[in-house]
Amino acid sequence: MVKLKIDNFDVDVPAGTTILEAARTAQIDIPTLCKHPDVDPSAGCGMCIVKVNGRVLRSCCTPVAEGMEVITGDAEIVNVRRTVLELILSNHPNECLTCIRSGHCELQDLANNFGIAHSQLPSLNKKYELDDSTRSIVLDPSKCIVCGRCVEVCQNQQNVWALSYLNRGLATRISAAGGIKLADSPCIKCGQCSAHCPTGAIVEYDETQKVWEMLRDPELITIVQIAPAVRVAIGEEFGYDFGENLTGKTYAALRRLGFDKVFDTNFGADLTIIEEASEFVSRFKENPESLPMFTSCCPAWVDMLEKYHSDMIPHFSTCKSPQSMVGALAKTYYAEKMAIDPAKIRVISVMPCTAKKWEITRSKDMSSSGYQDVDVSLTTRELARMIKQSGVNFRALPEEEADSPLGEYTGAGTIFGTTGGVMAAALRTAYFYITGEELGDIDFRDIETLDGVKEAEIDIKGTKICIAVAHGAGNVEKVIDKVRNAKASGEEMPYHFIEVMACRGGCISGGGQPRVMMPGQPKPRGITDDIRAKRAKGLLDEDLQAKNRRSHHNESVKTLYKEYLGKAGSGKAHELLHTHYTPRPVYK
Amino acid sequence: MDGNSVASQVAAKWRKKRGSLIMALHEIQGVKGYVPWEDAVDIAAGMGIPLARIYEVLTFYNFFKLDAPGKAVISVCTGTACYLKGNDKVLEEFKKELGIKEGESTADRMFHLQCVRCVGCCGLAPVCVVNGKTYGRVTPTDVRGILEEWRKKLAEDEE
Repeated sequence: MVKLKIDNFDVDVPAGTTILEAARTAQIDIPTLCKHPDVDPSAGCGMCIVKVNGRVLRSCCTPVAEGMEVITGDAEIVNVRRTVLELILSNHPNECLTCIRSGHCELQDLANNFGIAHSQLPSLNKKYELDDSTRSIVLDPSKCIVCGRCVEVCQNQQNVWALSYLNRGLATRISAAGGIKLADSPCIKCGQCSAHCPTGAIVEYDETQKVWEMLRDPELITIVQIAPAVRVAIGEEFGYDFGENLTGKTYAALRRLGFDKVFDTNFGADLTIIEEASEFVSRFKENPESLPMFTSCCPAWVDMLEKYHSDMIPHFSTCKSPQSMVGALAKTYYAEKMAIDPAKIRVISVMPCTAKKWEITRSKDMSSSGYQDVDVSLTTRELARMIKQSGVNFRALPEEEADSPLGEYTGAGTIFGTTGGVMAAALRTAYFYITGEELGDIDFRDIETLDGVKEAEIDIKGTKICIAVAHGAGNVEKVIDKVRNAKASGEEMPYHFIEVMACRGGCISGGGQPRVMMPGQPKPRGITDDIRAKRAKGLLDEDLQAKNRRSHHNESVKTLYKEYLGKAGSGKAHELLHTHYTPRPVYK
Repeated sequence: MDGNSVASQVAAKWRKKRGSLIMALHEIQGVKGYVPWEDAVDIAAGMGIPLARIYEVLTFYNFFKLDAPGKAVISVCTGTACYLKGNDKVLEEFKKELGIKEGESTADRMFHLQCVRCVGCCGLAPVCVVNGKTYGRVTPTDVRGILEEWRKKLAEDEE
């Protein structure tokens, strides 16, 4: 441990801690713009300067030393920070009123704190063309402060390499290679760039107006579904603590907005497990060379696989994602059951994810009902925006139930939203399918941690199943390399079953989740592993307390097979619930 | 990727040497006069470097050209002496006559216009250089004549 003084307080921190981190443990808030808890310091912006024994240093990249005396905010430091901010603002448009990020913007927050009303500096801000080509995220280089967080996340953490720096000096901007559109680049739409951007330069592609118009049309039947991870994060937009599970209030809010039927993507998750566990068992028993099998519910991962790892397509589960399954069934099974013309149904999904917007039109399989199965996919942030627009007082809402039959779910469905959850849910059901008996201990805490790649061996009555769970797209290659090497050398496969989620921690910290605000104060902050763990716990706790914790115990799913699909993997199930994959070039 | 293309040969030559991306791009530009998109894609595949990183390098250094340059490269000196002697007006005239900005080439790929900082003959200021030929004490009224001279020369070279 290293002892030092920060603003005259004694602080004790492990060696290697930066001054910035040490100050935060002492509840001293040093402002930063380029430094985010997830990324290594780049010492770019200069906001975090402090004085160490009289010298001015950047606290984000200066490690603590024994006996250091640090001053974090005297008049001189504040003055320098104000100048830094004025320089940044001289290259930033004054468009806060019409910016989607307003109220959650780290730059706006600092500008407010420093009271920068009239800058002495002339504006150098250049108008660049907006890139909304992906229809998932929108990149506006005019609002970019070139902090580099998105580039670091896209290149080094996600290993996607869609975003990069273009040009240099004042002309520097963030762009896909050579200035091409993001839709033509390797972008997998995970939205982690938007989740890490401190300003409004990268945001979700907002489709709330489209949904309002559907809600206004009396001819249409609007069906909404919410993803597992939405329920444990939406509360942050309304002042709740991280990870609070607000399923009932979210259903109530959706009804107040005017949706005719409120379903739950968790139902689709249970259904996915039935199909996926059956697919796994049949591969395991009849076609072992088609193992390992990769999970396929993460659209950013699907996109990445088709572009970067198309040799793995035979190993990819053909199951659609829960979102797509609910969409397909709403316009077939449900429409037939209720005698509704599917042409009049609009399915809107609320997802923690920007890539889900891409998924709904990714191939013709996404129109298996004869119509586009899911019409609009909103992010959690967009739903929160709609609730605020409507004037609904979220905190005062009662807890309501979802509608039947696509609303019932088990604990296995709800943990889909966090790393390790899909695997745990699948194993519970696969064990039953292989042995005919229920698995005793159904918790797999080892694969629900935040380690990038987790491996485990599961004993199914004497048969060893090797699994891997990877989250954060940058961790996928480690797993795939092992599979490729084993394939090339003809050795035994290292795994039978692999779960992949493209975002760190899984969907709970997806690219469409709320901007992290400190509860009780309007202070935007970057997501941390601590917050990820809290959101995950919200889902894991719901599973622990659930009456049914196995997807094959979902009564509505059982009825669905009895009334409509036949058995898992049937022709009808394949037509509606499965999909195909095509190798695609990394650059169009 | 065509294994015999210039880019794939260059990539094969440099792929084993760490930190040699710039050398490879230099070679491409040496042969082609600029780095075309297709060559950058081939270098990316051949050297195992993400295309995004290659364009970070290409757009960082002024040296690298992304478009085919014009056949006649007009360098207008904007060093101190030439600038004070009025080369800014000469530059404006070139821009007006050619309809392009500095750093750009004409659509017919005949001319490329660029500014340089001192060509080492300040006694002749203001100075312009076209493909190695130096013009001293240039005035805006000379611009049209210089362009005509080179249009003729390039047309003759074509034949």
